[in-house]
Amino acid sequence: MTSYIQKIQEVSERLLKECKVDMVIGFRKGTIPLMNEPYFARTPEDVQNLVWDSNCGINLANYLTDRKENIGIIAKGCDSRNIVTHIIENKIKREQLVIIGVPCKGMIDKRKITAMFEDEITEVTEDENNVTVKGNGFEKVINKNDVLQQNCALCIHRNPVEYDELIAETVEEPRDIDRYADIREIEALSPAEKDKYFEDLFSTCIRCYACRNACPLCYCPTCFTDEAKPQWVGKSQDQTDVETFHFLRAFHCAGRCTDCGACERACPVGINMRLLTRKLEKDCFDLFEWEAGMSLDVRPPLDTYKPGDPDDFIK
Amino acid sequence: MKIFSIAKDKWADGLDRLTESYRLFGPVKEEEFYNFKELAKDEAPDLNYLNTRLSPKAIIYPQSETMFEYSLDESREDHHIMKEVDNSYSPQAVIGVRPCDAKAFLLVRLNFDTPEYKDPYWIRAYESTTLVGLACDSPCSSCFCTTAGCGPYHEEGMDILLVDADNHFLAKVLTEKGEKLIKAAGWDRAADEAEAGKKIETGKQAAEAKISAFVNTDRLQEIDTVELYKAPFWEDVSFSCINCGTCTFVCPTCWCFDIQDENSGTSGLRMRNWDSCMFPLFTVHGTGHNPRGTKLHRVRQRFMHKLKYYVDKYDVGIQCVGCGRCVRSCPVNIDIRRVCDLMNRHGTEKDSCAA
Repeated sequence: MTSYIQKIQEVSERLLKECKVDMVIGFRKGTIPLMNEPYFARTPEDVQNLVWDSNCGINLANYLTDRKENIGIIAKGCDSRNIVTHIIENKIKREQLVIIGVPCKGMIDKRKITAMFEDEITEVTEDENNVTVKGNGFEKVINKNDVLQQNCALCIHRNPVEYDELIAETVEEPRDIDRYADIREIEALSPAEKDKYFEDLFSTCIRCYACRNACPLCYCPTCFTDEAKPQWVGKSQDQTDVETFHFLRAFHCAGRCTDCGACERACPVGINMRLLTRKLEKDCFDLFEWEAGMSLDVRPPLDTYKPGDPDDFIK
Repeated sequence: MKIFSIAKDKWADGLDRLTESYRLFGPVKEEEFYNFKELAKDEAPDLNYLNTRLSPKAIIYPQSETMFEYSLDESREDHHIMKEVDNSYSPQAVIGVRPCDAKAFLLVRLNFDTPEYKDPYWIRAYESTTLVGLACDSPCSSCFCTTAGCGPYHEEGMDILLVDADNHFLAKVLTEKGEKLIKAAGWDRAADEAEAGKKIETGKQAAEAKISAFVNTDRLQEIDTVELYKAPFWEDVSFSCINCGTCTFVCPTCWCFDIQDENSGTSGLRMRNWDSCMFPLFTVHGTGHNPRGTKLHRVRQRFMHKLKYYVDKYDVGIQCVGCGRCVRSCPVNIDIRRVCDLMNRHGTEKDSCAA
């Protein structure tokens, strides 16, 4: 995907020069291996800083919320679906945007790679299929597909669904992927086992809210966890409060989440809170055949009523 | 102070003896990351770690700490009276703390232990803690301790400095607390001071030579505060920030907290929890007005506090020990080294958006 860089820079430069946009939101090269930083180019000279590789896992739709400018935005499959969701939810207007679509081949999992080595990783490079990891006294070539973020390995919408410019030819969408094997395992647990499972899952949470803040869906002016009058959730490390935050946040994402993986990627302690959002994603598909952000013309199931909506839950 | 030699085959025995008079904490690998944990009996600290995910600050300053308890039951005579909880401040020792983390306690102390104000919780916990440091022979490429007033063999803040010397540790005793711990562990083999001192010096030079990241801080004090506050680079610096609390929570020198009362039925607790200047709620007023209403305000506050206000107020350098945790943990790669350099060179050249 590094071959996309030149095209991204060309398109961005043209858009800025022609004053079609006031800024282009993309990534600049990170200061440490396996990281890039979300970045905005405001001038044609700035575009030389724009990069693209498999470390662009942060969802850039998060940077559009309520902005007033005309914006060019680099969008992989999931970003584009969250941009669609943003437009549907009136957080940005379609006419403000020039969406620069990037067919995506998946982002690499920083944590997975780091955990493979005892020593520090000092340099990571990549080509189309492989990632080369270097450190003090070691060098290893890894197949990129073995170290993808889990959400990328399970992704079935790699190509942008809504775009104005496309950086490269579309990539083939994976088929026959069993997206929910782990979710079914949790569904099969007894209530007591689930209780224990989630207690363990969130036991290391430090309540930094990186998951919430990296999420393009979490744009509430005041999150329920931050409400002080009245205060809904306690602030301590109490397990009930920690889990209340995670469960409620997940419910707020029902029918909206695209499983972009930004939450899990952002978590400094490696919690897979996607297990919650993916259960809701699965339910939305099972109940409404709904996948978030696939079209600007269809209202999401949770803000529409149809006589045929499933009602088996009413007992 | 004295230097002892601890044979590695005597290490576990000594730790075992220490558990009779100390609660022991040390780095332990949990799944992917190392963190400081209270060690169970017969559990050894795993000293092969590069750095822990979270700093050991929570051992002295827990993320949630109960200060008082009270009853709202009006049939009780003591209802609505705050009573101090009986927190344990029995002696504890942190084994294998890195020099950067040990020094960080001294930086934090400037806030919690002042001539005017004494924070009894922090001070009691700090005074009951012995810090057994481990010199850092493999600093990470994101560590910048040597230009942040610290270093891989830095002794400030430690009670004992351990240096790994193959089949034994050299233990340089730095304080009375350290001396007491060495005695309690029964590590009584004195090393040849001259030879051991030389070894430590050689190790120190080798470790310092491995540090590959640096910050410049020489101009921070002289730059006008308002000029720095108004600098044009803050928009660029803050753009990617998502305003989570990761940097502040992993930081060994961030000390801010919030006090909360939590009731359950008629009983309640008054506790303090870590807070973060990255959170909007940190500064929101009772009126609803927020003087730091945008993320630019909040990002600027964090860096200005660490690299300017603190520098001016205490005159002991920056409020950072260069451990590099925020650099490694930030979900969007905001790098304090880059920001520090932008601040330090402000006004010397035309500000660019420094990519």
